[in-house]
Amino acid sequence: MKSIVRPLRRVTVMLALPAALIATWWFTSAGSQNFYFPPLQTILDTFAKLWFSSQAIPNVLPSLARLSVGFLAAAFLGIAIGVPVGASRTLRNVLEPVLEFLRAVPPPVLVPVLILFTGIGNEMKALVIVSGCIWPVLLNTVAGVRSLDEVLEEVVRSYRITGFARLWHFVLPGASPQIFTGLRQSLSIGIILMVVSEMFAASDGIGFVLVQYQRTFAIPEMWSGIIVLGIIGIVLSLIFRAVEAWILGWYHGLRQSQRAS
Amino acid sequence: MQGAATPMLEVKRLRKIYEDASRTVEAIRDVSFSVGQGELVCIVGPSGAGKTTLLKCVAGLLAPTSGGIILEGQPVAGPPPAMAVVFQEYGRSLFPWMSVHDNVALPLKQKKMSAERREELVRDALSSVDLAGVDGAYPWQLSGGMQQRVAIARAVAYEPHVLLMDEPFAAVDAQTRADLEDLIRVLWRRLRVTVLFVTHDIDESVYLGQRVLVMSHAPTIIMEDVAIDLPDERTQLETRSMMRFGELRKHIYSQIQLAKQGWRPPSE
Amino acid sequence: MSAPATNVRARTSARTIVWLQGLAGLAGFAALLEIVPRSGLVSPYYLPPFSTIVVALFDEIHRPQFWTALGDTLEAWAIGLAISLVAGILVGIAIGSSHVLRTLTQSTIEFLRPIPSVALIPLAVLLFGSRIQSTLVLVVYASFWQVLIQVLYGVQDVDPVARETARSYGLGRWAQIRYVIWPTTLPYLMTGVRLAAAVALILAITSEVAIDTQGLGKEIADTESGGAVAAMYAYVIVAGVIGVIVNLAARALERRALAWHPSIRLDSAEAGA
Repeated sequence: MKSIVRPLRRVTVMLALPAALIATWWFTSAGSQNFYFPPLQTILDTFAKLWFSSQAIPNVLPSLARLSVGFLAAAFLGIAIGVPVGASRTLRNVLEPVLEFLRAVPPPVLVPVLILFTGIGNEMKALVIVSGCIWPVLLNTVAGVRSLDEVLEEVVRSYRITGFARLWHFVLPGASPQIFTGLRQSLSIGIILMVVSEMFAASDGIGFVLVQYQRTFAIPEMWSGIIVLGIIGIVLSLIFRAVEAWILGWYHGLRQSQRAS
Repeated sequence: MQGAATPMLEVKRLRKIYEDASRTVEAIRDVSFSVGQGELVCIVGPSGAGKTTLLKCVAGLLAPTSGGIILEGQPVAGPPPAMAVVFQEYGRSLFPWMSVHDNVALPLKQKKMSAERREELVRDALSSVDLAGVDGAYPWQLSGGMQQRVAIARAVAYEPHVLLMDEPFAAVDAQTRADLEDLIRVLWRRLRVTVLFVTHDIDESVYLGQRVLVMSHAPTIIMEDVAIDLPDERTQLETRSMMRFGELRKHIYSQIQLAKQGWRPPSE
Repeated sequence: MSAPATNVRARTSARTIVWLQGLAGLAGFAALLEIVPRSGLVSPYYLPPFSTIVVALFDEIHRPQFWTALGDTLEAWAIGLAISLVAGILVGIAIGSSHVLRTLTQSTIEFLRPIPSVALIPLAVLLFGSRIQSTLVLVVYASFWQVLIQVLYGVQDVDPVARETARSYGLGRWAQIRYVIWPTTLPYLMTGVRLAAAVALILAITSEVAIDTQGLGKEIADTESGGAVAAMYAYVIVAGVIGVIVNLAARALERRALAWHPSIRLDSAEAGA
């Protein structure tokens, strides 16, 4: 009995405020005549109707597919380029101003630019995501590789650990906390670019659908779309956190022990 | 103990000058000595004496400006496979993302050997430093003394001919230091490895070494090569209270005081 | 080791070398932008040579609509950032100083925070059309979380001993905030400002590109659809320069704030590059 109480309390506390907020939304919008803010019930009904049936697959999946491809490609390229740049002081000094400039260009700006090059198809959207997401990963990889512990670097040298083993056992794990910071920034940029590129020019995708609903004043549908995007954001964030906790478990443990001392 | 025909390690007229954008520093002027097979030699000197620089040159981690290091008859150009180093900062010399077991095993993966042999070496090394039960733990879960033991185990598992230790116990509390000193002597005897031990602690150098090389202040040269004629069987309690211990210690201490004042032996 | 060479090298300070290398990188990039279109590797229609872009930039600068657009973007950015700062600080300190509030709101914050600001675009369009309020909705929603999270970190980091001491000296709520909580929170807040400033700029431009509100993003979209490619790139460069200035200013601010609090050293990995 005792063993259930503590987790039960935690769950209750966790759900208390959200439940209260949702309830407030429900009741204050219940009889709503306001065109832009329909009753929550209507929204949820529409949500169930739309997204559990016809709309989900043809729209959510392509969006997520483009995001995944773009994000993973950006992560791979960012790390692959970031490691050698971070390791060479000359390369770093030469490239850093250029990279900082490219990174400072607000990513949504790339949508019109890339439409010029590649039209409005899937390539454009994936490329837009890659070209926006690569910079935080790249720059954080450079910073992470640069800040590798010097003592550990000498240990690696003294035991003649070179080449791939050095990269796999020393450079990448050592830089991984900083790399993950970059990946986190990249993920939120990727979501923005996914939506904006679809709103701007698309034939499918969540962004496209949302704009359609808004233009045709299909309000409950639009709200349901907003909720879907919100859920996607939350789920992606949870997945990211889970992956990070798995790969950086050692880092969290290390930081905890450092803080305790 | 200095009878071996070919010395294990020779340092010949080592010189090291550091240059950076703003200034030039001559850390080591002229250091020459040799270490016979199976000897335990300590290097002691005032801070700023370039002891760590010397060790890093010997380890092949730092290129000397002139002069050379010869290990088993071969000149040292980079870190040689027959050498293992234990650093002072134990917290930073272990991989925090690997368990104790993997930390000890990693250098062995560079050497060609079967997985069984590697496991055997790791197991033996960890039990020789009394850490048999913690191979699944992570370094940051261990105390400072235990972390240094892991670093020592890693060096031991590597089966080096020469073990270099750079002030390994400087950052550890006195009680742990005493235990670790005894551990080094036990390992040294058992493995019959040659040890070069750098320290700033005069007592430690006399307690551990068969010879003590006293360094001068930078630009460093060797002030004296002191033979430690204490019995081979040493214990913290008895050896340190011997009269001969006190004499040797006093002698080295006075040498260091001279070194601090900038005195150097007349050059030949 | 020849002595004269060493002396010359010693005289050129290391920092100058770094500057020159960086400059070389930028020059190399500009050269690349000049050569690649001219050589035909990429069609000069899609990517005009750098010199053409520079000329277009000069043309645009002399037009008043350039400055209006720039001003609109900066206005939306600044107002949105200011609102999110005030809101973030107030809410952050209020929640952070109460253990009960913190526990209650934790799940809500974790749920709301990852919701992308762009999800609000259709709603903003319906309510405010292409007016600045649409932009503000997006900017404030995104930046607020950056500030809030950092302020919460800061309040949590307050030394409990310091707080107890303040309380035992009879310092009221307000005085506690002013003398104990605020100084500890300040460096975290500066990190929050840096992150929020960058996010705010991104969302401001997003709104201009997606919703057509006035600003640099709208100019970029318009020049693209109108075929004025060189002008489009000119605006892209301007947007980048604004971004660089915002980043540098925010980072300088953060560094100055952290310099006053050497003991509260944020892990650089967590704060991000």
